[in-house]
Amino acid sequence: MSHAMKSVAIAGAVAAALSAQTTTAEAAAKEKCYGVSLAGENDCAAGPGTTCAGTSVTDYQGNAWTLVDAGTCEEIDLPQMADGTDRRGSLEPQDRDLPA
Amino acid sequence: MLDTPPRLDRLPNTPGVGYKPQHFNDLMADPGSVEWIEVHAENYMGDGGRPLAQLAALSERFAISVHGVGLSIGGETPLDLDHLARLKRLCDWIKPASFSEHLAWSTHGAEFMNDLLPLPYTEATLDRVCDHINQVQDVLGRQMILENPSSYLVFAESTLSETDFLDEVTHRTNCGLLLDVNNVFVSSTNLSVSPQTYLDSYPMHRVGEFHVGGHDEDTDDHGAPLLIDSHAAPVTDPVWTLLDMALAKTGPMPVLVEWDTDVPDWSVLKAEAAHAALALTK
Amino acid sequence: MTDQASFRQGLLDPAQPAPENLLDGAAAPAGKRYDVYRNNVTHSLIEAMKAAFPLIHKLIGAQNFSTVATEYVRTHPPRSPVMMFYGTEFPGFLPNFPPLAHIGYLADAARLDLALRQSYHAADTAAFDPAPLQTLSPDALMDARVSLAPATRLIASNWPLYDIWAFNNLTNAQKPQSLAQDVMITRPGFDPAPHALPPGAFQWLTALADGSSFGQAHDFALNKNPNFDLAVGLSLALSTHAFAKIDHKELK
Repeated sequence: MSHAMKSVAIAGAVAAALSAQTTTAEAAAKEKCYGVSLAGENDCAAGPGTTCAGTSVTDYQGNAWTLVDAGTCEEIDLPQMADGTDRRGSLEPQDRDLPA
Repeated sequence: MLDTPPRLDRLPNTPGVGYKPQHFNDLMADPGSVEWIEVHAENYMGDGGRPLAQLAALSERFAISVHGVGLSIGGETPLDLDHLARLKRLCDWIKPASFSEHLAWSTHGAEFMNDLLPLPYTEATLDRVCDHINQVQDVLGRQMILENPSSYLVFAESTLSETDFLDEVTHRTNCGLLLDVNNVFVSSTNLSVSPQTYLDSYPMHRVGEFHVGGHDEDTDDHGAPLLIDSHAAPVTDPVWTLLDMALAKTGPMPVLVEWDTDVPDWSVLKAEAAHAALALTK
Repeated sequence: MTDQASFRQGLLDPAQPAPENLLDGAAAPAGKRYDVYRNNVTHSLIEAMKAAFPLIHKLIGAQNFSTVATEYVRTHPPRSPVMMFYGTEFPGFLPNFPPLAHIGYLADAARLDLALRQSYHAADTAAFDPAPLQTLSPDALMDARVSLAPATRLIASNWPLYDIWAFNNLTNAQKPQSLAQDVMITRPGFDPAPHALPPGAFQWLTALADGSSFGQAHDFALNKNPNFDLAVGLSLALSTHAFAKIDHKELK
């Protein structure tokens, strides 16, 4: 593909992407929402905070590495494959080299 | 970060609460008797996002106390200069009415233990703590106030009482003091001394703020009571009584209610603040 | 050994005895009183890990999480008092923790938890103005450079990483299918959200983030994946606020 054809193709794709965008007013309004997020489901994204309190919950002992089945990974059946290549498929190259 | 107007350089003599993000909406809508809030410095050292936006909004309405938990003032290793720079950036931005830290250590070398660890009260510790406080006050360009710890044990090598130690620190550094009344009760119970005696020997004229909070009860190897400074429960009656005694010596002061674990609904914390407001009117 | 080095030694190792210079109020050995500090340190760090890795917590369950977190905090205590970024070595730690090594996607799930947190605390940025994309000539557009918003994060994965997140966070999400999904996290306001990336979009966005021009990034993505569709990738980037700004000499 020539440079000219490529730039026209890119411009066409850009126009298509822009035409698919709805107004940004909704997003702008969300910027103001510095309170607790509505759904509350993202609050844990804040991660750990500090504390100046101690605890009486005993947690320091124990070295057992015996695991129990208790999480949702039991429901997710994704066997370990050699470096996952079956999932990636032939169209998705493995190497992630970037242009210099 | 945002520009905010300069504000009072002293906390009001009213109740404050330890700020929890889950209370933001309720606190802004219905603060009750609360006129100021305390935030942990380390939780506002990100680059942006909701925490800093909330703090900016809160600072328009409430006086702010920045309470550090990570400087490791009593650490044997030098203060973390990167951390001190982050603290200065935060204080320069939010211009808090007060900055406080703990008589404790938490960092050794490069490792941060995420707890307020105890110090032997010796001349060597005194030199180190005073050097670090002077360094902090120089960098921040302001006076800091220093909080007494909750003690679970003592060091065999200690030669000074905690109150004498704190008194000497204030003389050498000109820092102020934050008297955590719950910590006095916890330490006194754990070390079998009288909290009243502690208050009587404490340099009350250097106090700029009181803390109250809840504790849990446990026992040591010999069945003696061992109280844990958990901030996970309402303030107990003996602690409110100790606050009354302390306020009788100082007159009205900023009084902070701390609740950090199993944090209740805002209405419960607001009621604790109202209790502190009542103590301030006695 | 200094006093604090010896005090620290037993904090994360329950097998160590309490230091001998510690006493109770009656000058008897402190015993269990030292354990208060061991417990505060260990418990607070495990709680920090719970707050830091909610997806891992859901995937392996509370009890398994406590086991792996206890091991992690003892071997990787924080290096900074800023706890919001604790746990950066956890993704690399998980595949080397034998009891969990068979769950191949855990490391990527931990990377997602970590990236969501970094996004949450990243610098604010003004909303991206897409107008120059329309006004620049096609040639100028090829040379333009687009920077990603500070809160945008990209994660390549050989696992169905987005589906794994969705299955644990959205109601009625389907069970993860056996496919590879690269993920982008963006933060339009204050709440970061993950998005599954279409083919080649990871390479395209990574090239843009590394300073490639619009034309170079397009070439690179197509070269890596012939199924890359610029319109699809750009639509997603614009609708999710992935970009900060566009630079070109004609815009100055």
